[in-house]
Amino acid sequence: MEGFFDVGLYLILGAAFPLIAVGFAALLRPSNPDPDKLSIYECGVDPYGDARVRFHIRYYIFALMFVIFDVETVFMYPWAALFKDLGAFALVEMLIFIGLLVLALIYAWKERVLRWI
Amino acid sequence: MQAVLWSVLKLLIVLTFILLNAMLLIWLERKVSAWIQLRLGPMRVGRPQGWAQSIADVLKLLFKEDIVPSRVDKVLFVLGPIIAFMPALMVWAVIPFGPNFVSADLNIGVLYIAAIGSIGLMSIFTGGWGSNNKWSLISAMRSAAQLFSYEVPLVLALIGVVMLAGSLSLTDIIRAQQETAWYILYQPLGFLVFLIAGIAEVNRTPFDLSEAESELVAGWHVEYSGLRWAMYFLAEYGNLLALSALAATLFLGGWTAPFGLDFIPPFVWFLLKTYLFVFVAMWIRWTFPRVRIDQLMDLSWKFLIPVALLNIALTGIGITIFS
Repeated sequence: MEGFFDVGLYLILGAAFPLIAVGFAALLRPSNPDPDKLSIYECGVDPYGDARVRFHIRYYIFALMFVIFDVETVFMYPWAALFKDLGAFALVEMLIFIGLLVLALIYAWKERVLRWI
Repeated sequence: MQAVLWSVLKLLIVLTFILLNAMLLIWLERKVSAWIQLRLGPMRVGRPQGWAQSIADVLKLLFKEDIVPSRVDKVLFVLGPIIAFMPALMVWAVIPFGPNFVSADLNIGVLYIAAIGSIGLMSIFTGGWGSNNKWSLISAMRSAAQLFSYEVPLVLALIGVVMLAGSLSLTDIIRAQQETAWYILYQPLGFLVFLIAGIAEVNRTPFDLSEAESELVAGWHVEYSGLRWAMYFLAEYGNLLALSALAATLFLGGWTAPFGLDFIPPFVWFLLKTYLFVFVAMWIRWTFPRVRIDQLMDLSWKFLIPVALLNIALTGIGITIFS
């Protein structure tokens, strides 16, 4: 676990720096709010309705595809780091795994999951 | 106690490095774009060549009114810039600046970078959703789809490098390149996929669909102003610099000197190689038009992912034959 102390320091400063910067600017900047200034920008006209409307399902399908593929990539990392010690048997195994991935991709392709209309 | 102080000192040096370089990059971006478009770019603030333009910009942003619109989701709106800056800084924890200068030489370095890099998406979505603005939300949805799609080839492209080096630690990868040769020679396909996916991951033209000034005004940061907006901008340039540094480390040997030019210090080599990629990214940005969203998704799923998988298979076969 060596090194994670430093990563923790980065995490803390990463959160603190924007707060400090915005807080420091608060001492300098003007603040004259008025209703028009505080309205949502919509090319100058009054905002119509709420922005959070329903979205097309295709975003969800791509998100699903991403989850499947990303999990499978994570499986490859331990294999890749130890590949030189494992030898030819590990290679054949991974080729089968990649073959399955490619099959899944081709299936998704044929089923028109990858089509962005 | 001394170790802790040294850690904090390193962290502050890295933070200063990022802030200075982000300012330099903004100036450089404007100069390079001007040069490519046969203009002069900033010339008035600071002579020669308007070098103080970025300093003037920072001062201007510091004195700008901080507008938080009345109908936004306040918590998400405030969180957005913070989440944007955090990963942009945290990536630098594992990047080696020189043989003795790396904050945390994690043994899972490459995986750490892949994990931290994908948090950037959260900031775009937090800001876009929190803004309650139609442009912002369209931009956030688009960039979610884009970053999902390009995360996969980016992570796959790095596996070839890990296989060659036999380690996930960035310092070990540099040492391994020192013994053999730069991995750009062994991994041309992997490098190509990494470069394309990387430019898409940092949201730059030709993949800046989430920002797209001409259709979405500015995308997820429409409602942001002053230093909150500056945090998004800082994160964007910090990420560009981190991506370039990563490309230099994984494919061009990091801080090691080529051709026996050892008298130039390692840090200078690191900077030179990093800025080479920064320049390439700017060159691409100001040369290519923006792609359409269906082309964007096709490029990732139907081209980059199959090529990246092919690259892994070829690398595996190559290592098995030649070792």
